[in-house]
Amino acid sequence: MRILLVEDDRETAAYLLKALKEAGHVPDHAADGDEGAFLADANGYDVMIVDRMLPKKDGLTLVAEARAKGDDTPVLILSALGQVDDRVTGLRAGGDDYLAKPYAFAELLARIEVLARRRKPGEAETVLRVGDLELDRLSHTVRRAATNIPLQPREFRLLEYLMKHAGQVVTRTMLLENVWDYHFDPQTNVIDVHISRLRSKVDKGFAEPLVHTVRGAGYMVRASQ
Amino acid sequence: MTALGKVVRTTAFKLSAMYFVVFSVFAVVFVGWISRETDAILTQQVKDSIEAEIGILADEGLRNGLTGIVAAIEQRSRAPGASLYVITDSDGHVVAGNVTEVPPSLLKLSGLDPVTVPYKRLEADTGRHVAMVQVLPLPNGLRMLVGRDISEIERIRSVVGRAMVLGLGLLICLALLSWFFVSRRVLKRIDSVSATSRQIMAGDLSGRLEVTGTGDEFDRLAQSLNAMLDRIEHLLYGLKDVSDNIAHDLKTPLTRLRTRVEATLAGPERTEPYKAALEATIEESDQLIRTFNALLMIARIEAGSPDGAMGPIDMATIAAEVAELYEPVAEEAEVFLALSLEEPLPMTGSRELISQALANLLDNAIKYVKSGDEREGHGTVGVTARREGDEIVVSVRDNGPGIPAEDRERVLQRFVRLEKSRSQPGSGLGLSLVDAVTKLHHGAISLSDAGPGLIVTLRFPASD
Repeated sequence: MRILLVEDDRETAAYLLKALKEAGHVPDHAADGDEGAFLADANGYDVMIVDRMLPKKDGLTLVAEARAKGDDTPVLILSALGQVDDRVTGLRAGGDDYLAKPYAFAELLARIEVLARRRKPGEAETVLRVGDLELDRLSHTVRRAATNIPLQPREFRLLEYLMKHAGQVVTRTMLLENVWDYHFDPQTNVIDVHISRLRSKVDKGFAEPLVHTVRGAGYMVRASQ
Repeated sequence: MTALGKVVRTTAFKLSAMYFVVFSVFAVVFVGWISRETDAILTQQVKDSIEAEIGILADEGLRNGLTGIVAAIEQRSRAPGASLYVITDSDGHVVAGNVTEVPPSLLKLSGLDPVTVPYKRLEADTGRHVAMVQVLPLPNGLRMLVGRDISEIERIRSVVGRAMVLGLGLLICLALLSWFFVSRRVLKRIDSVSATSRQIMAGDLSGRLEVTGTGDEFDRLAQSLNAMLDRIEHLLYGLKDVSDNIAHDLKTPLTRLRTRVEATLAGPERTEPYKAALEATIEESDQLIRTFNALLMIARIEAGSPDGAMGPIDMATIAAEVAELYEPVAEEAEVFLALSLEEPLPMTGSRELISQALANLLDNAIKYVKSGDEREGHGTVGVTARREGDEIVVSVRDNGPGIPAEDRERVLQRFVRLEKSRSQPGSGLGLSLVDAVTKLHHGAISLSDAGPGLIVTLRFPASD
């Protein structure tokens, strides 16, 4: 993926660029808002990571101007401000996702990969398939190898989100935000318990596990072949 | 600024000066008008009576000639308050009358309009009087003068003049009095307000304005300002609290973190311990970030700047959703989660914040019921939400060890963790956040004994 990173802190930027390269991406770096806007105009990117507070032109202005020009590149806004109202302003300016500093790199990576994929068409599929697991969004049914798997409504949405992003890492926060619409951090790792319950319904009794734990990052639904 | 300048600039002086000017102008105009009108009326009366006299004397002259006039004058002169009568020959010598001396020039006039002249009444009369007279020519070069004393009018004029002086004097006294009253009674209180404000600005936040209990504007002003000061003081102490807490409770894990890294660096240069130390460092810093975020969040909520919009929400739905989030956690901990929700429970608030508060309560309840589980039977956590009058009451109860009555108030404070809960993970901020969220929603929190266990009850105003 071609990624534009607009971040003014040299050290953070250097670390992120290195990590993004190691994850197999092609990142460009801009150190201020003007340079960021110039690069975004000149080259097409799959995803942009924009710091909210930037010299010359702040992150939200940069995003709003890009959107006004018809640029619909997915944008992840990074900010030291992590409260819900800040998030709302960030998303209103045209950002697609919002991540509060300090963050884990795994979280950032998972989010930009999901963002870049979101852009591709084919999202309106009514049936999601991973290996022999099949989720029908219209009839709200889940089947695996001809066996019907009964799920609670929330378990269904959890599996739906995981399957929609099959092959991608999905973090606990992403699940909490997208499946439960909560932006706070529960003290207990509630998501882990929900996943293990889902796993017991989806994977138990089958030779190949489909719900995988990605250490230090989150979860992934993936078939081996 | 000079002392005089200071006085002139005070509101009391300005107000008094204004009263003085306004009332003086009013008094002068009013008294002036009255004296003019009185003067005119009295003068007219004198003129009328002179004319009447002349008419009578002229009649007498027509009937009995000059002798008749003289006789009539003599008779009339004897009456009390008599008019003035003089008859002179053509040379100006007094022939008859009750006046000894008149200015000789006067008799040369023959106007029909009365004029005002000074005169002497009798030989022995030393004072000079003023009269209004009319001169009338008679046959044979004689002249007759008829007049009336007008010292009465003069006296009235002087009375009015004195009244005016007296009135103005009184007004000055009143202005001085009002100055005194306004500056003493009223402006003193304003001065005390600014004095107290200066004292508070100097750093003494405990200062409060005096409320006299009269219920006037100043009392209301003082009450509002005091309420404002209470709020500021509360916020400031909250802030001070936070910084104290940060200093105390965040330094400990930071020290731990630093020590671990230092010890690892001092140890053997092998990958295994390095990796372990780095992983532990990440974990510890994550916990620190979490604590830090929670602190910021509480401070922000307490400052009254809520995150996310406040809007119409349904407590029953929120409670059900949070319970659903924790249901697998409870199950895993072998805790029975009982729900009892009345629907609907409409109120105004933030779904996010209320959810977080309930999540914290459930988290605690499950955690502590689990630790109490060793003593007796099965752990149970009950969540109820119902309407009581115009309040929405949400409660989370557990049958764990509970909290002793003397600690119930304390656990709402930041970083307060009871000894027995030290074994459980947590920052000691969970209940503080619940408290802050409840207050933001104009609600009340209470902790009570569930015998055994703890009930945390939140009460919010319902919306209809």
